[in-house]
Amino acid sequence: MKKQTLWIVLLTAVAACSAMAAETINAAGATFPAPIYQKWFEEFHKLHSDIQINYQAIGSGGGIRQLTEGTVDFGASDMPMTNEQMSKITKFKVLHFPTVLGGVVPTYNVSGVGSLKFSGATLAGIYLGEIKKWNDGALKKDNPGVNLPNQDITVVHRSDGSGTSFVWTDYLSKVSPQWKSKVGSNTSVNWPVGLGGKGNEGVAGLVKQTPYSIGYVELIYAVQNKMEYGSVKNMAGDFVKADFTSVTDAAAGAAKNMPADFRVSITDAPGKNAYPISTFTWLLIPEKIDNAAKEKAITEFLKWMMTAGQGYAQGMSYAPLPKPVVAKEMKQISLIK
Amino acid sequence: MDLTARRNIVNNIMLTVTGICTVVTVSILFLILGYLVVNGWRSIDLNFFTKLPLSPGETGGGVANAIVGSGIVILIASLIGIPVGFLGGVYLAEFGGKTVPMLIRYTADLLNGVPSIVIGIFAWTIIVVPMHRFSAWAGGFALSLMMIPIGLRATEQFLRGVPNALREGALALGASKTRTVMTVIVPAAKQGILTGMILGVARIAGETAPLLFTSLNNQFWSTKLDEPTASLPVIIYTHAISPYDDWHRQAWAAGLVLLVLVLIANIASRWVLSRGVSAQRG
Amino acid sequence: MATVVAPAPPQSPARKLTKPWRDGDQITHLVTLIFAGSVFLVTVFLVYELWIHSGPSRAKFGFGFITGRVWDPVSQQFGALPFIYGTVLTSILALVISVPLGVGAAIFLSELAPPRLSNACTFLVELLAAVPSVIFGLLAIFTLVPLLRSYVEPFLKDTLGYLPLFQGPAYGVGYLAAGLILAVMTFPFIISISREALMAVPREQREAALALGATKWESTWQVVVPFARLGILGSIFLALARALGETMAVTMVIGNDTGIHTSLLSPGYTIAAIIANEFTEATGDVYLSSLVELGLVLFALTMVLNAAAQLLIIVTTGKGSKQN
Repeated sequence: MKKQTLWIVLLTAVAACSAMAAETINAAGATFPAPIYQKWFEEFHKLHSDIQINYQAIGSGGGIRQLTEGTVDFGASDMPMTNEQMSKITKFKVLHFPTVLGGVVPTYNVSGVGSLKFSGATLAGIYLGEIKKWNDGALKKDNPGVNLPNQDITVVHRSDGSGTSFVWTDYLSKVSPQWKSKVGSNTSVNWPVGLGGKGNEGVAGLVKQTPYSIGYVELIYAVQNKMEYGSVKNMAGDFVKADFTSVTDAAAGAAKNMPADFRVSITDAPGKNAYPISTFTWLLIPEKIDNAAKEKAITEFLKWMMTAGQGYAQGMSYAPLPKPVVAKEMKQISLIK
Repeated sequence: MDLTARRNIVNNIMLTVTGICTVVTVSILFLILGYLVVNGWRSIDLNFFTKLPLSPGETGGGVANAIVGSGIVILIASLIGIPVGFLGGVYLAEFGGKTVPMLIRYTADLLNGVPSIVIGIFAWTIIVVPMHRFSAWAGGFALSLMMIPIGLRATEQFLRGVPNALREGALALGASKTRTVMTVIVPAAKQGILTGMILGVARIAGETAPLLFTSLNNQFWSTKLDEPTASLPVIIYTHAISPYDDWHRQAWAAGLVLLVLVLIANIASRWVLSRGVSAQRG
Repeated sequence: MATVVAPAPPQSPARKLTKPWRDGDQITHLVTLIFAGSVFLVTVFLVYELWIHSGPSRAKFGFGFITGRVWDPVSQQFGALPFIYGTVLTSILALVISVPLGVGAAIFLSELAPPRLSNACTFLVELLAAVPSVIFGLLAIFTLVPLLRSYVEPFLKDTLGYLPLFQGPAYGVGYLAAGLILAVMTFPFIISISREALMAVPREQREAALALGATKWESTWQVVVPFARLGILGSIFLALARALGETMAVTMVIGNDTGIHTSLLSPGYTIAAIIANEFTEATGDVYLSSLVELGLVLFALTMVLNAAAQLLIIVTTGKGSKQN
């Protein structure tokens, strides 16, 4: 009798397990869009309970690397892959799919000063370690009339390979020749000063806990954690804060002239109301997916992402893709085999 | 002040100082436990044990998949580590000669000293890369490497501790060496061996570094062993360095659960050992 | 009386051949040897894999890797010195704090405390050794770091700020935080092993000193401790080896900065911490192999230390009551 019950229990357990066995797709990459990606994958799973997309936010560098190693089914990055990186993947070609637009904001932990204004040169100076105090002349010039404290600036940057870092350093390289020659732009650079935080969350966490610190994060991280963030001077000379409109404006030029492979940088964009540190963020999808079930699931998700998914963007402090871009992307889906 | 009085004063001061040292070091354990209990207790609710993690910003999620995931990788690690540790220890204590056991002992100690992050690198190169996926297998394998030296050393030590009289008696009665070892020696040493195994499990239960690039993490239930899986230590790490208060609460709660499990295992192993020792004496 | 052994029955050749295998002893010997040998093989394989995968960076930098000060993924220049420096600095800082406290506590527990108290306290301290590293990190982030940032580091800057050791902004995270949490993690090793070494000192030694008129402290400090010095030293080596390889707690509070800084208040990096942070995303062969090479360096460091510690502990327990 005992043996029988044991078998029954065992069989039901096995049956339950196979019923639970959903198609699991593994993805990894940028922390910049992680909040909305996690929301998307959660919602998509509710609609398609047999598809589980497990996204691990390990940084854009991680996404590119794991895609190259073949340990994930697709990756995510805020920095488009370079030709050199793409050539390292011999098994398939990589297709870039923009997902949303976002802005990288300078967030800081200084009480009593409200929303500060930063010019590009000031940000470069802070991150080069040349502007050391909050009441430095450059900051005073950007913020006339604001009572800035006489405190050291604690600089926070990313310790991991980050697309957000790429966007930030890409912008700094465009506005500061000194930054460009001394440090350059990449997912991982030799930071002159500062503490390193892991992921957008790590940077936000450090800034939140460290008085008189400054860091760069995707807009939603500052908003979700109720952290103060500043406006940045754009090419037209206006101090603009990152929001739905300013980020969308930054992409206006790219929307019209999007390259076929969707790899484009929109930092320091022209336009009166354009937010200068905006970026697309991409999913890195293999052109050839061997597993038919996975291929179907991924293409399903991409279609959903470009239609219903875009509706979540604004509520989460990202901006949806411009319509011409979506149209072009839909065509790219058919390239996936 | 004459010399004697001075020496006495020095005596009293230094002895008090050592007392203070003890108070400081012992009280740290209480502080740790206390802090974890205070912060973790508030965050533990039914959701914590039964729900999956939610997107940051949403409350009410849990770490159910991490608890199960930890159980799975520890199980895999034990399935590999316990036989290897036990049978290896049997070899070293009963069957080995001179040079081979010396070599094996040396490498086991070497393995024991390998930093956990380097073990993670190794498991990544030989399992994750060829398999082309992060998996519970890789995580379990990495943890087993950390478990083996402990089990090996404990098994050998306690087998050697069994008096020779027992061995000789069994052999004189005509039993083969195998039978002697398996039916006489091992049972005599079983408390010690069990202690070693429990300690090994307790050691790996809290290890994070080897899991970072082997079993990675998973938002959902991991359904197969060759998928990434969440685990308690990794959850504690990622949630602690995040800016979300809700995740912090969960980190405290998970930390409390993990610490309680590890401490129970350690205390249990001592209890098992003390019973074995008194049984042998009695 | 001579024992009489009955002559064995004549055996057929086939039976003779299969005898060892039928006994099962040879099989058991083989099976256990295979399992034990697998430990050896795995460890050798580990070193081999580390060596192979660090090939590109070893080829590019040679020994200069160990003295290189720059860690720049953009220009693909990698050097291990900042991380070796951070690892050694935090470990030494940890020992500077934990050795006096630990040996002091060990002395108290072995010489002064009544046996029950001594055993109870040792039990508690040894439980501390079982606490996982990530939990220490969790506690350090939310208790130690704010404490350092708001009180301890400003205090150090005010009082000792003229020393280059205590200059720079008070971040909270950094070498000091890492050193402190490592100190806490190494207490159990030092206390437990030192206490054993002290208790192993024969009573006669203490009694002789006391008979000569020494105070309890003088007897302890000038006779007992020197006698047990090898064991205490062994415990320090073991603690050091643990501190060098410690990953999680350090990663969470070291500040993640790839430079070499003299100030203890500044953020830095250790070998284990940078591997943990950058391994999954190192793009490019040289970058990844540099991280593996760092792992190899760390492995070598801990290997040397563990060997030294083992040697010392063997020598101590072997020596027993031999003086000098």
